[in-house]
Amino acid sequence: MRVVIAEDSILLRDGLIRLLGANGIEVVEAVGDAESALVAVERHQPDLALLDVRMPPTHTDEGLRAALVIRAQWPDVALLILSQYVEERYAADLLASTTSSVGYLLKDRVADVDEFVESLRRVADGGTALDPEVVAQLLLRRDKSPLQRLTDRERETLTLMAEGRSNSGIARSLHVSESAIAKHVNAIFTKLDMPTTSGDHRRVLAVLQYLSD
Amino acid sequence: MNPTRTERRLAPRETAYVVLGGLVAALAAPVVWLLAGLATGLLVVFVGVAFVGLLLVVSEGLSRWHRARAAALLDVVVDAPAGPVDPGWRGWLARLGRATTWRQLAYNAVVGPVVLGLSAALLAFCWGGGLVLVSSPLWARVSPEVAALPGGVLQGVGRIWTSTAVGFGCLLLAPRLARWLAALDVAVLRPMLGETRGEQLSPRVTALEQTRAGVIDAADAERRRIERDLHDGAQQRLTSLALNLGMARSTLAPDAPPETRRAIEEAHDEAKQALAELRGFVRGLHPAVLDERGLDAALSGIVARSPVPTSLHVLLAERPPRTLEAIAYFVVSEALTNVAKHSGATAATVRVTSDRTRLVVEVTDNGRGGATIGAGSGLTGLTNRVASVDGTLTVTSPLGGPTVLRAEMPCVS
Repeated sequence: MRVVIAEDSILLRDGLIRLLGANGIEVVEAVGDAESALVAVERHQPDLALLDVRMPPTHTDEGLRAALVIRAQWPDVALLILSQYVEERYAADLLASTTSSVGYLLKDRVADVDEFVESLRRVADGGTALDPEVVAQLLLRRDKSPLQRLTDRERETLTLMAEGRSNSGIARSLHVSESAIAKHVNAIFTKLDMPTTSGDHRRVLAVLQYLSD
Repeated sequence: MNPTRTERRLAPRETAYVVLGGLVAALAAPVVWLLAGLATGLLVVFVGVAFVGLLLVVSEGLSRWHRARAAALLDVVVDAPAGPVDPGWRGWLARLGRATTWRQLAYNAVVGPVVLGLSAALLAFCWGGGLVLVSSPLWARVSPEVAALPGGVLQGVGRIWTSTAVGFGCLLLAPRLARWLAALDVAVLRPMLGETRGEQLSPRVTALEQTRAGVIDAADAERRRIERDLHDGAQQRLTSLALNLGMARSTLAPDAPPETRRAIEEAHDEAKQALAELRGFVRGLHPAVLDERGLDAALSGIVARSPVPTSLHVLLAERPPRTLEAIAYFVVSEALTNVAKHSGATAATVRVTSDRTRLVVEVTDNGRGGATIGAGSGLTGLTNRVASVDGTLTVTSPLGGPTVLRAEMPCVS
């Protein structure tokens, strides 16, 4: 897998290069601002672009804007956005154009290296990785009444689904069997009146659509 | 200046103040009246304008003299009203629109000549009459006819001594009368020839409003700077540290000593915890998303992170001024921290509404209530911050709840 990194903190950029290198992921170029990120993506056509949201010159949402440009111009490049804070509004911008091959995570998550690399691979494979905090913010925006019909377990499952995890991934983090999760998923789809879909990606899409409606 | 004994007893300064003032005012009055008459009468013709100008010059000159009189004789300093800066005809036109011009004119045309003139006459009569009457026995020796003049109704020796007694009374009364009349004139002169309290305070209020706005902006800028510094510095460094520890942890050989493993695991967890705490703190300062996307977008971050399940409703007519956004954000952030720490609530609601005139932030929780602003809580800081933009903060929190914290801020742009 080939990756372009855009991160203005040199310290963190070096850390990411080492982390990805140790996991057999090739970093073809690492840059410090959004402008150069676009140039690098155009030059290398990587599998994935790993972008920090706040970068020079204005230190606001350059990385996010760059991500939207990359998605429009080179749709095959997967996008993983990192940020010190996650904002539901940024997530909405990002998810408005696409819900596949996209991820939006808190920078803190890089510390859990194995999970982070797993999320990165999932996104590169066409999946989704949303930070639990983003999902919490998206849930906040929803009309509460249909969500209240869910049991606690079902709500946990919905949150993990929205983060982009597969049934087996959800089963692992909730310490239950995959068949139990499958049951929860069916219940959620019925209670929230969502069209039943098969396949992880399409399911995430349905969930995100539901959350951001 | 400490008055001497004579000055305390006989009030010569007050007497001079009243008499001189009355004399000048009375003498000047005909000039003022004449000019005023000419000015109004001839206003339709162009020459009238010249008389208006002359009238104002005379009036201002007289005012200056009266102020000097108060300063020289009574040490009462009355500052001249701040004049129009423009020395040309615009300045003169501006004078006509100012209340102080007309007050000065009223003093010089009416109050001065009448009140001060009568005061002076009364005082002069009191002093003069007193001296004449006291000396009645003397006069009686010289010329009985003259001595009989003041108290014509009385006869003989008794008549003369009564005149003396009345004269003493007058002389005793005169200093008091002088002080009293001087005080009366000062009381009238100060607002009419100087600035009223409102006029004195209004530029001060304007200046204070400007400096206060400056202080608020500076505090906001400082908060942004701290946020930015922490974001670019400590947070990145800590993230990098946590990443390195994470890598060390996941690549640790299976046969590594258990102490090493434990130390690395604990360091990793600590670093992550520190990162989360720092993030929570910095997020409360002034998030970048607030400037960029506004209050609604910024609030979802802190509301979603609140440990007490909280719903958010934002309904803004238009985007409020940045300063108010920052304060509203701070109010919600602090209020939710309080709810989580003290209220014991299981649910909370944040409601932000605005119309053209005000921005209202309401945070309600279903906790145990009993919150007060004075209890050394963060609420005092909140109150001050809201008051800095002329807003009000109220907390309704009966024992047993619910608690409603409401901040209302006027929107002036």
